[in-house]
Amino acid sequence: MSSAVKTPLLQVRNLRVEFPTRRGVLTAVDDLSFDIHEGEVLGVVGESGAGKSMTGTAVIGLLEPPGRIAGGEVLLRGRRIDNLPYEELRRIRGKEIGMIFQDPLTSLNPLYTVGRQLVETIRTHSDLSEGRAKARAVELLAEVGIPAPERRVNQYPHQFSGGMRQRVVIALALCANPRLVIADEPTTALDVSIQAQIISLLKRLCSEHGAAVMLITHDMGVIAETADRVAVMYAGRLAEIGPVKDVVKHARHPYTHGLMGSIPIVGQDLDRLTQIDGSMPRLSEIPPGCPFHPRCPRVFEPCDQERPDPIPVENSEVACWLYDDKRSGGGGHG
Amino acid sequence: MSVPGRNSPTSVARHPAERAGRPPSALARLRDSDLWYSFTRSPITVISALIVLLFFLGALFAPWIAPYNPFDPASLNLMDGFTPPMGEAFSGNSYLLGTDDQGRDVLSAILYGARISLFVGFCAVLFAMVLGISLGLLAGYKGGWIDSLIMRIADVQLSFPAILVALLIFGVARATLPRSFQEDMVIYVLIVAIGLSDWVQYARTVRGTTMVEKNKEYVQAARVIGVHPMLIMLRHVLPNVMGPVLVIATIGLALAIIAEATLSFLGVGVPPTTPSLGTLIRIGNDYLFSGEWWITLFPGLALILLALSVNLLGDWLRDALNPKLR
Amino acid sequence: MVEVRPLPSADSPLVEAVDLAKHFDVSPPWLTRVLERQPRTLLKAVDGVSFAVPRGRTFSLVGESGCGKSTVARLAVGLYTPTAGRLVFDGTDLAGLNSRAAMAPVRRRLQMIFQDPFASLNPRWRVRDIVAEPIRAHGLLSETRAIDRRVGELLELVRLTAADGQKYPHEFSGGQRQRISIARALASNPEFLVCDEPTSALDVSVQAQILNLMKDLQRELGLTYLFISHDLAVVYHISDYVGVMYLGRLVEWGEARSLFRKPQHPYTRMLLDAIPDLEMTGRRRIPVRGEVPSPMNPPSGCHFYPRCPFANERCRAEVPLSITLPHGGEVRCHAVEEGRLTEAAVRQALGRGASAP
Repeated sequence: MSSAVKTPLLQVRNLRVEFPTRRGVLTAVDDLSFDIHEGEVLGVVGESGAGKSMTGTAVIGLLEPPGRIAGGEVLLRGRRIDNLPYEELRRIRGKEIGMIFQDPLTSLNPLYTVGRQLVETIRTHSDLSEGRAKARAVELLAEVGIPAPERRVNQYPHQFSGGMRQRVVIALALCANPRLVIADEPTTALDVSIQAQIISLLKRLCSEHGAAVMLITHDMGVIAETADRVAVMYAGRLAEIGPVKDVVKHARHPYTHGLMGSIPIVGQDLDRLTQIDGSMPRLSEIPPGCPFHPRCPRVFEPCDQERPDPIPVENSEVACWLYDDKRSGGGGHG
Repeated sequence: MSVPGRNSPTSVARHPAERAGRPPSALARLRDSDLWYSFTRSPITVISALIVLLFFLGALFAPWIAPYNPFDPASLNLMDGFTPPMGEAFSGNSYLLGTDDQGRDVLSAILYGARISLFVGFCAVLFAMVLGISLGLLAGYKGGWIDSLIMRIADVQLSFPAILVALLIFGVARATLPRSFQEDMVIYVLIVAIGLSDWVQYARTVRGTTMVEKNKEYVQAARVIGVHPMLIMLRHVLPNVMGPVLVIATIGLALAIIAEATLSFLGVGVPPTTPSLGTLIRIGNDYLFSGEWWITLFPGLALILLALSVNLLGDWLRDALNPKLR
Repeated sequence: MVEVRPLPSADSPLVEAVDLAKHFDVSPPWLTRVLERQPRTLLKAVDGVSFAVPRGRTFSLVGESGCGKSTVARLAVGLYTPTAGRLVFDGTDLAGLNSRAAMAPVRRRLQMIFQDPFASLNPRWRVRDIVAEPIRAHGLLSETRAIDRRVGELLELVRLTAADGQKYPHEFSGGQRQRISIARALASNPEFLVCDEPTSALDVSVQAQILNLMKDLQRELGLTYLFISHDLAVVYHISDYVGVMYLGRLVEWGEARSLFRKPQHPYTRMLLDAIPDLEMTGRRRIPVRGEVPSPMNPPSGCHFYPRCPFANERCRAEVPLSITLPHGGEVRCHAVEEGRLTEAAVRQALGRGASAP
């Protein structure tokens, strides 16, 4: 990878997100580190409660109180952004980091026309005149594949269908030409046939604009189609991170392995799917050691005692004792 | 975003007893509940609850704790009339909050008055609640013309002020019931009048919640199972619509107490021989401008304090039961 | 399509839908309608759907939102009464059972599993009362001890423990709640289970648990499933037969393997193409065009024609009828009937796919 020598676009170092509750502090994201390089699509995948959305909102500084970043740092192009004052962070948001949410209906203001919302965002982050901004808005709508953009720009969000609305949201996220787009479950609320359209649109536009994408989703299929690299999260921690082909086709972490096996595939005739028993622990009941050990089929002696840190294996990193040669005697590489 | 909540897998630990395998007692469950937690975290709510509790106890045990019995003509001394608060009365008795024109102790009258006010308030709310819930459930669950009929009646009634409706009912009752009956019946007529003017709120809320609940999958599941619609209403829908009803009932209690006071103040409520807070204020009102301010001030303050505390309790309950604000 | 064609398999159907239709009156209130001189508006949620579910097998209905698959599910358990057509359960037409009393014996034999494991259990009831509800409603057992024992058995059948009956629903995870839901559905010993998107609210690893459990239960208890889903991979995994719905109509149905291997209707092809490619083969796709139109105002003729790369004038004007396919199953498509969907035509559509947005 050519960007290996350059500073990564986004660096997340030992990020820790906590939620104080009346029964103690819950750790939603725990010691999470990853990089996103320029122009790269990083998939962040995990089941509900894995902390993937929380990671996205922490990076962009939109954690809802009482949630807070309790440790670690977030660097954008080498500059620390997690401790910036609100106003500065707000300027970065939108201009350097765009955000796409799951539900297109709630991310658009129903009282303003689509054009007005686009113009407003464009003018916040540039010094274009009203007329030029409007022209740019029409251009953007055309770019995201909305037919008759000159007419549609004056319509309200409710006059758009779900898929078209998500296109508008993508246009909004891209209108200041951000370097990074955080897309949180951008296709979950959409129909199957629309999902494919939106995913290919997102991927095409971001590569055209040269924006990197942090794609947060629970859908391995979307990841396989879109991402360059994947980070798999479990119980707020990183289980495995690596190139998409390695993770999807040769999962190393026993959790990823089980997860991939549990997905039914058309054309694959199985009587039973691989099954990981139990479910993700509640945040208040995360077991010591490796959080996955009570469900792990390959659990051995250090797993319930010590917590594994990500261990480099070829192009990936895997947080599993099986890949620590001293512990497993090299058994994990089989 | 998955914020830790009741239903998410990130939800916080349950009661220790439960993890040990035995179901916790009702008291332990209450102590552990979110409701109790939010109650103890709100000082205003705790104070309000204490005041309401004091009023209750005072009203309930009035015959034992009141210094005098203001309704016993034998113990009244007309010469003690208009004694100011803390002042020395003609008979040598002392009255903490003074006396009224007939020499009745204002403090004792307030305690006895609160008894009647609270009784009328509670019964009126109960009456309105039962009526409103039944009609609301019926309208929401059945829909169609039953729903239209009930809701149009509610609309018509809503277009009149509640006090006007109560006055009307009161007037009708006075005209139709035999005179000898009226003295005993007046409190019950008052309850019905206030209750009838207040059921619409319950009916509307219950109807709305019922329409939401009946489309929830657990109600549909009961229908697929073949449970009788009546049982579905009573056992599935009703318990799940009680949250908002409880909030309205609390705030409704304050309104009913004020409504009773208003009617009594207007002279159509309970008679002066067994005064409620409203009647006391009316009696005192006659002497307000001749300098005997305490006769009307103290019952008035009591009424405000009671209504305010109940209202604050209702506000807290509304917020505590609202999952969006939690 | 009034007559019912026999299925290719020898199994006798347990459930048959014959020209089933459900129209909802979505007109504005009467007064508004009269004042503004608007006609009644009908939403044809289900429009002339016929299929048969053989005993002990799984028939799945797939389609996007608004296609009417959930309405069919609710018709199949009698939550809705059909506007037209029949729903025949083991020889009895459900619409003919007018009273609750007449319905009761059939009710016991068909049950439903719902989508949302958080909404399908009454939050105020203990699990043992939830599971016992069908037993009590049908008076299957009267003694408390016997009911408790049966509830314990049912909970163990869905791989929970009898002690879980003491708890409340909120103490369980989504997957565990879905197990409770299944236990309740099984309490009255039904033969037919309608499953309305039972795993779409669950995480994939939990989905696998539930799908495995459903397959095990089908084998152990000889259950017949009508399975509703939008997820084609799940449908492929669980089904013996698959029907594809679009805007209230069943556009194609057939034996699952052959339908997935040789899809006929252009909509089926499009749906199959939209499945994310987990194998990462980098295959090319037919361009997916447009979105599902509003079911309130569906296109004329074949509902799919505005999105169909193979549509012509006839498709716009004329509603296609069902034609039987050589390998069993049926399809409603003029292009298939006329033999227009040749390899060359499909390849041409694929070629356009590379350049289209």
